[in-house]
Amino acid sequence: MKSYEYHKPKTIEEAISLMGSLEDAKFIAGGTDVMVLIKQKKISSKCMVSLRNIDGLAYIDTQNGLRIGSGTTHNTIDENGHIKRYYSALTDATSRLGSKQIRNVATIGGNICNAAPSADTACPLLALDAKAVIVGQNGSKTTSLDEFFLGPGKTILSKEELLKEFVMPLYGENTGSAYIKHTRRNAMDLPILGVATRITVSLPDENISRCKDMFCTIDSISNILERLKDEGVKCEDVMIAMGVVAPRPMRAKNAESVMKGKIVSSELFEEIGNIAAGEAQPRDSIRGEAWYRTEMIKVLVKRALIKSIDRVIRPDEAFYPERLW
Amino acid sequence: MKYEISFLLNNDKVTVEVDPVWTLLYTLREVFGLTGTKEGCGYGECGACTVIIDGQAVNSCIFPILEVEGRHVTTIEGVASKDGTMHPLQKAFVNEGAIQCGFCTPGMIMSAKALLDAKENPTEDEIKDAIEGNLCRCTGYVRIIDAIKSVSKGR
Ligand SMILES: Cc1cc2nc3c(=O)[nH]c(=O)nc-3n(C[C@H](O)[C@H](O)[C@H](O)COP(=O)(O)OP(=O)(O)OC[C@H]3O[C@@H](n4cnc5c(N)ncnc54)[C@H](O)[C@@H]3O)c2cc1C
Ligand code: FES
Ligand code: FES
Repeated sequence: MKSYEYHKPKTIEEAISLMGSLEDAKFIAGGTDVMVLIKQKKISSKCMVSLRNIDGLAYIDTQNGLRIGSGTTHNTIDENGHIKRYYSALTDATSRLGSKQIRNVATIGGNICNAAPSADTACPLLALDAKAVIVGQNGSKTTSLDEFFLGPGKTILSKEELLKEFVMPLYGENTGSAYIKHTRRNAMDLPILGVATRITVSLPDENISRCKDMFCTIDSISNILERLKDEGVKCEDVMIAMGVVAPRPMRAKNAESVMKGKIVSSELFEEIGNIAAGEAQPRDSIRGEAWYRTEMIKVLVKRALIKSIDRVIRPDEAFYPERLW
Repeated sequence: MKYEISFLLNNDKVTVEVDPVWTLLYTLREVFGLTGTKEGCGYGECGACTVIIDGQAVNSCIFPILEVEGRHVTTIEGVASKDGTMHPLQKAFVNEGAIQCGFCTPGMIMSAKALLDAKENPTEDEIKDAIEGNLCRCTGYVRIIDAIKSVSKGR
């Protein structure tokens, strides 16, 4: 391996100006992607600019929504009870990303900037409507995460720009979210397919306890959906994000707009699954073939949506006892 | 270009001249001769190289050496007492038959130690979570999980 210079700036400004002045430099955060690429000789930058020693890149701020510093490790996110309760899709991702050893060092910023189509935190962040705050030599700007990804390994960041944090809106008691990572193995596997959803529902107060009872039965999803329809559960807002189905993590925007404002029902879910599958452009790969991914989108979009609704209706039981979805 | 760094290695302060491309694993084995920490895959997949940095289990094979500056690194050599008495976890692995070829064992012990140091009485799920990044090709994991359970507090 070729040697490189290694810089450990203490502030964001210092990091950015180093990137501007050094020739052939690359940021390294937790290094779980970068170090592997260096060892595989796929990167041979002359200079590394480490983000690990910058004060104020690793934080979780839950006042008025959610802000997560790009240098926050997956493990730190995973242990945060507020995120688990109100931004559940994110915890679904961080709890199964890599191994404990990886989660202890790998950062959420690195996961997003690496821009793999399979990046586990990408779908949850998209579905949770995250904005990315980017700092460059001319100050900072905010973009929606949807505009951030350009293709595999490609983002809108220029060399000197640093991703500072993710900002998410405040979600109330009638919003739930979920991420389903579809893998062959339970641990240490990248997704064949990933689906995240966030839904805000309205339902008449007096019907809540009946809905709760429904989720505690062993009824099929379609039966539960029919009952939710009878109780008048309405989708006020929804976002659906899919990973490993296109060159970049993407939203199923047509499916979202069809669903918005409708009463939840079995037919609606069927339709939403089909529309979302139609929006994806999966490829054949060693982890799964395109037709299989298309079929599984239909299943997983439905599951993620019902899991999200389950979390609105049974917030205390959302994680245990858990139903199949 | 060489850099000089200092850190705590198994409770001893060490100062060493390193090349920034070195990983912590390389430095431990080739500079300090601490060969208890193993290299399996070299890419973060197998956990054979697990060490504890400031209380957290980490894959040393993809950890840049310059990032241990000022930090506290514990390897398998630092787990037993100075007089050679084995740590309860090490005894448990022997007693429960949790070792066959032994290649995964140092990493397993480090992951288990990080867990037990943070949580005296983990659930089985928490134990599985802690060692999900440690591959063992021999034992089938059951005895490893039993060994870790046996040293949980209150058993
Ligand atoms: C064994 C193993 C298992 C894994 N399993 C999974 C998995 O299950 N799911 C998954 O999604 N990923 C997985 N990964 C990939 C990796 O761990 C994640 O993508 C991780 O979140 C990357 O974070 P990092 O801090 O290590 O990034 P780094 O490797 O430090 O950086 C990644 C990229 O982002 C850039 N970068 C980092 N931070 C910033 C910033 N603030 N601003 C601008 N650019 C930045 C770097 O220059 C680099 O290009 C795995 C990796 C390994 C080795
Ligand atoms: S050698 Fe480090 S994880 Fe395999
Ligand atoms: S005992 Fe042989 S790999 Fe675990």
